[in-house]
Amino acid sequence: MAHAALTDINLVIPDGQFIGLIGHTGSGKSTLVQHLNGLLKPTDGVIYYNGADINGDGFDKKELRGKVGLVFQYPEHQLFEIDVFTDVCFGPKNLGLDRKEVELRAYAALKQVGLEDEYFYQSPFDLSGGQKRRAAIAGVLAMKPEVLILDEPTAGLDPKGRDEILDQIAGLREETGMTVILVSHSMEDVAKYVDRIIVMNKSRVMMDDEPGAVFRRYRELEEVGLAAPQITYIMHALREKGLAVDTDITSVEEARDAILHALAAQGRQDRGVGGSPC
Amino acid sequence: MAIIETRDLVFEYIRRDEEGNVEGITRAVDDVSLSVKQGEFIAILGHNGSGKSTLAKHINAILYPTEGTVWVDGMDTSDDESLWEIRQRAGMVFQNPDNQIIGQVVEEDVGFGPENLGVPTKEIWERVEESLKAVGMYEFRKYSPNKLSGGQKQRVSIAGVIAMHPKCIVLDEPTAMLDPSGRREVIRAARALNDVEEITVILITHYMEEIIYADRVFVMDKGKVAMEGTPREIFSHVEKLQSLRLDVPQVTMLSHELKKSGLPLPDGILTTQELVEALGL
Repeated sequence: MAHAALTDINLVIPDGQFIGLIGHTGSGKSTLVQHLNGLLKPTDGVIYYNGADINGDGFDKKELRGKVGLVFQYPEHQLFEIDVFTDVCFGPKNLGLDRKEVELRAYAALKQVGLEDEYFYQSPFDLSGGQKRRAAIAGVLAMKPEVLILDEPTAGLDPKGRDEILDQIAGLREETGMTVILVSHSMEDVAKYVDRIIVMNKSRVMMDDEPGAVFRRYRELEEVGLAAPQITYIMHALREKGLAVDTDITSVEEARDAILHALAAQGRQDRGVGGSPC
Repeated sequence: MAIIETRDLVFEYIRRDEEGNVEGITRAVDDVSLSVKQGEFIAILGHNGSGKSTLAKHINAILYPTEGTVWVDGMDTSDDESLWEIRQRAGMVFQNPDNQIIGQVVEEDVGFGPENLGVPTKEIWERVEESLKAVGMYEFRKYSPNKLSGGQKQRVSIAGVIAMHPKCIVLDEPTAMLDPSGRREVIRAARALNDVEEITVILITHYMEEIIYADRVFVMDKGKVAMEGTPREIFSHVEKLQSLRLDVPQVTMLSHELKKSGLPLPDGILTTQELVEALGL
């Protein structure tokens, strides 16, 4: 029996966007991203990369895989070389670049993910979880992708490790103008970094909008196994209690400013909370 | 009586090069003494490499102490004679649901543990039924595990442990690979086991909002217990937690920020409801 993992997907991804792709397990996210670099071929429909049909005659798939870099879940399980530097060289070497260029790229990529020189000639297996994850991401960055797709890059990392990796990706995007697609189960992470969220459900695109507009529909998200960041729920609860705050807010800093502003506007900062500000 | 007790627990990994020569020694757990009472809900936090999983693996005798002692329900884990008894009393659930399920059908998978213990067939089926009901997966008993979501698979893994009638269950990052609803399902199941069945729960996680219902929290750093207290006590130390590569729930962070901006709020706010009340709304 045929089962559609993706149904009628129509998306346009402009250069340089930071996109969050969310959806419950089995919603079709991973299947979708594997189409974008040609690992899977659509049963029906067409995927264009810079206007060219990636499954068309004469399209260079190998080049595409260098341009659209895909970092799988738990990418550290795919580290295999004798040392970190050699491992990172593997991708660009396969692109057929000369040795000097390969090594320059590997060096730059390791710097980009914040791995220090002292780790370059260690076995990848001697690194910590977060360091292995970085080394694996560097392996994809060394191919100088125009589009970087990360499938749950922070799963299993501690909170600081999560922030460090995502901050580096965000910085890299600023610097290079690369397009980033972040597949994540962490609504807080998605809210913090992306400018557009695509929500998948039952093989279809269910929502495609900016974060505030997507999280506004938190009840629908919950029905499909997702949620909004905790901040969204807090803002809604405060609003229900009569505090005039913007419920589209998704970050702690914005929430703090909005609450202070709303309390001041209500003139209750002094009497309402039982004490003067210190 | 303590269900879990460690005294001066030390665990060292010996790193060897390709020829098998000792390259160095890493002390993953460094002189930990702690005691967990029957029926407690314990959370263990700590950054990657802090020693929390290594500590947890001592609780069902996957690892043995290099120095010191671990007792599970009064039995010394270094005593080989007690090994199976210890593993029955203290069950363990890991991060990846796909590595833990072996049965072709949910109920067979859950029955695997008690069958290995030599439980009579009739009782195995009774245990399978009660365990699946305890995690809310009874209606899926005839399903193939590969038809289940991540959260459902983890609940089946938990049922498989409960079917062995343990006194204690150790959950090592059970939600790391799950979507938000899967995380909620697993945490709800763990809390129900603790509340209703009075099973001692030890939850290891990187998601701060999952531990607000714990009775006690241990924070590990460099193999040692760096902090210990109730969730409210622990989450009152925002900067300290951040220095240990950890975090606090967003509501706690927001309250902390508001307090720094001059609002008279208490430390360690754990829920939206508490914040609403503290703001006098």
